Amino acid sequence: MQLTNRAKVLEKKPMTLAERAYLPAIFQGLSITMRHFFMKKATVRYPEEVRPFSGFFRGLHVLKRDELGRERCTACGLCAVSCPAEAITMVAGERKKGEEGLYREEKYAISYEINMLRCIFCGLCEEACPKAAIYLQPDKMAPPRYERDEFVYGKDRLVEPVSPDERSVKGIQLTPEQADKLRARIV
Amino acid sequence: MIELPALGWQSIVIFVVFALSLLIATYCTYAERVIAAFLQDRVGPDRAGPYGLLQPLADAVKMFTKEEFFPGGANKVLFVVGPCLAMITALMSSAVIPFGNTMSFGNNAFFLQGIEVNIGMLWIFGVVSLGVYGVMIGGWASNNKFSLLGAVRAASQNISYELAMGMSLIAVLMISGTLSLREITLQQSVAGEWQMWNIVKQPIGFLIFLVCAFAETNRTPFDLPECETELVGGYHTEYSSMKLGLYLFSEYVNIFVVSAVMSVLYFGGFNFPFQYELRDWFVNSQGWELNSAQNLITLLGTVGIFLKIFAFIFFFMWVRWTLPRFRYDQLMRLGWTILIPLAVFNIVLTGALILFGVI
Amino acid sequence: MHPLFLFLSFVALLSALGVVFAKNPVHSVLFLILTFFSLSGHYLLLNAQFLAAVNIIVYAGAIMVLFLFVIMFLNLNVDTEPHKPALARIAAAVAGGSLLLILVAALKDIVPTGVATGTPFNSQIGMVDQLGLKLYTDFLLPFELASVLFLIAMVGAVMLGKRETGERNF
Repeated sequence: MQLTNRAKVLEKKPMTLAERAYLPAIFQGLSITMRHFFMKKATVRYPEEVRPFSGFFRGLHVLKRDELGRERCTACGLCAVSCPAEAITMVAGERKKGEEGLYREEKYAISYEINMLRCIFCGLCEEACPKAAIYLQPDKMAPPRYERDEFVYGKDRLVEPVSPDERSVKGIQLTPEQADKLRARIV
Repeated sequence: MIELPALGWQSIVIFVVFALSLLIATYCTYAERVIAAFLQDRVGPDRAGPYGLLQPLADAVKMFTKEEFFPGGANKVLFVVGPCLAMITALMSSAVIPFGNTMSFGNNAFFLQGIEVNIGMLWIFGVVSLGVYGVMIGGWASNNKFSLLGAVRAASQNISYELAMGMSLIAVLMISGTLSLREITLQQSVAGEWQMWNIVKQPIGFLIFLVCAFAETNRTPFDLPECETELVGGYHTEYSSMKLGLYLFSEYVNIFVVSAVMSVLYFGGFNFPFQYELRDWFVNSQGWELNSAQNLITLLGTVGIFLKIFAFIFFFMWVRWTLPRFRYDQLMRLGWTILIPLAVFNIVLTGALILFGVI
Repeated sequence: MHPLFLFLSFVALLSALGVVFAKNPVHSVLFLILTFFSLSGHYLLLNAQFLAAVNIIVYAGAIMVLFLFVIMFLNLNVDTEPHKPALARIAAAVAGGSLLLILVAALKDIVPTGVATGTPFNSQIGMVDQLGLKLYTDFLLPFELASVLFLIAMVGAVMLGKRETGERNF
């Protein structure tokens, strides 16, 4: 019974002498592998060479400071709400007198933790943040660790360093000129 | 009664040959991984030392420090004897291979060859035929059905291919008329004559020998005894630690020996083109003594035979990473119904060519 | 006597006894291989290099592999050993003893060739070329008959391996 006319008749011809001798096929195979011997390698020697990240790569998070070196985060919790993986937790606190140089808003995050094992690096926290405080850096990944709790990043590892030489714009390291300009503004 | 051969200088050569075959086998493991990587567009091991050159050392440390495991119900003595036998038989055969011509210093002359015996080829053949014992004993002593199947496969495969291998050798013997590997080498290049390497006279024989060499060393495409897809790990399923190391290592020693035999029998051994012309040029134009010129040619010839051996080792690995494994019935059919009749035909053809004075 | 001769004889006798007395048949086969090796050593001491090599290739390398092959498959051990009745044991002992008696009686007065006859021993007789000359002159007919027999056996093996019509191909 023929249901469709797409069926193809497979013609199984008897093998020719060259096919039965098997040697031509072997030499063909050998030439193919020899060609690959001299081809450009598909892999890189990883820790020494890294492949370039794409321009919109979303990597390890950073909590930004403003141009005066104050933490931008106001612990509103929007990032935690928007996070589909529920990786972010924070505890909000009120800014005391004399801490104006440390925190930009009157409310700030006493603790701010991101679990990198849960995080899916979707970037929704970055989208949600009204204070432009959290960014996913385009050139850093969460590195592998031996212990589970080492993947819970606290403020000590998330907040941007104070020194302008170590600061970055969206995760990309500042050039010396940019750092000098920033230093002039802070002091 | 015969006298034991006077050793002396020759013992140094024996020691060097022994050490060299171990060293080359060591670096074969590295070469195998790098060549596999290159053929698959990868980089290969490059962490240990510059370009990963210390990788064999790292592997050896790993092998030595792993747990020694004896499977339950295994025959403990034979379980240890198996890998030792495999290694011993692999190392024994390099003794008679001529790695170079004569070196002479004053009145002392010594061969760059372990032992010169006039049955060199039979020796190689005998030792190769013993190689299967290591595999068989190890596989049986493991008390494991996969190991036993691997051992049985190894035995039947080796016996089948030994037949074709021996008959392809007979054709070479008919041409050379001697069993001494040194004589066979010297015959392939005679001063003042236009002499061909045996590959020109014995292309079919070489092809048969090559295929059999793959089967005898249990290399892909004939690595049925350790076929992972069917037998877990074949005869060395139960082996761990350095006992496994010895098995893997003996395979590489075997490859080295078989490559050496092929270059001696078919590719002129330590001969290289225009060697006599080069020697005469040194003597006549450069004013060298005949002795020192001959010594230089000998050393160059040794370099030459090692280049040939390395080329063959590369070929072994190249084929391994190109061809898939044969099926067992295909293997047997190839051995018995193709190679053996072809070898008989080759013998008849060689006899006819000798009779009519062509070669 | 040469110390090597003494050593080889010792190994040969010991491993031959091992063949008989080993409980495990696989051990017996391995002892037999050892015996062949020491016999090859004896051939070497007699300067019969070709015979030594061929002994190893044919007996140790091929025939014993087949022995081992079969024994490994049969998996003989103490449990499967059939219990022999006492009568069979006594009969075996008597038969073996009388064979020993006949051998001793037949061989006790034998004189090794080359010693008493006074003809000088040709030390090159075991070399390949000498042996080849001998085989192709004095023993041409038996040699050729034997080789034809082997060729027939080999052709038979190849024919057994051939695909027959109607056989299922993979």
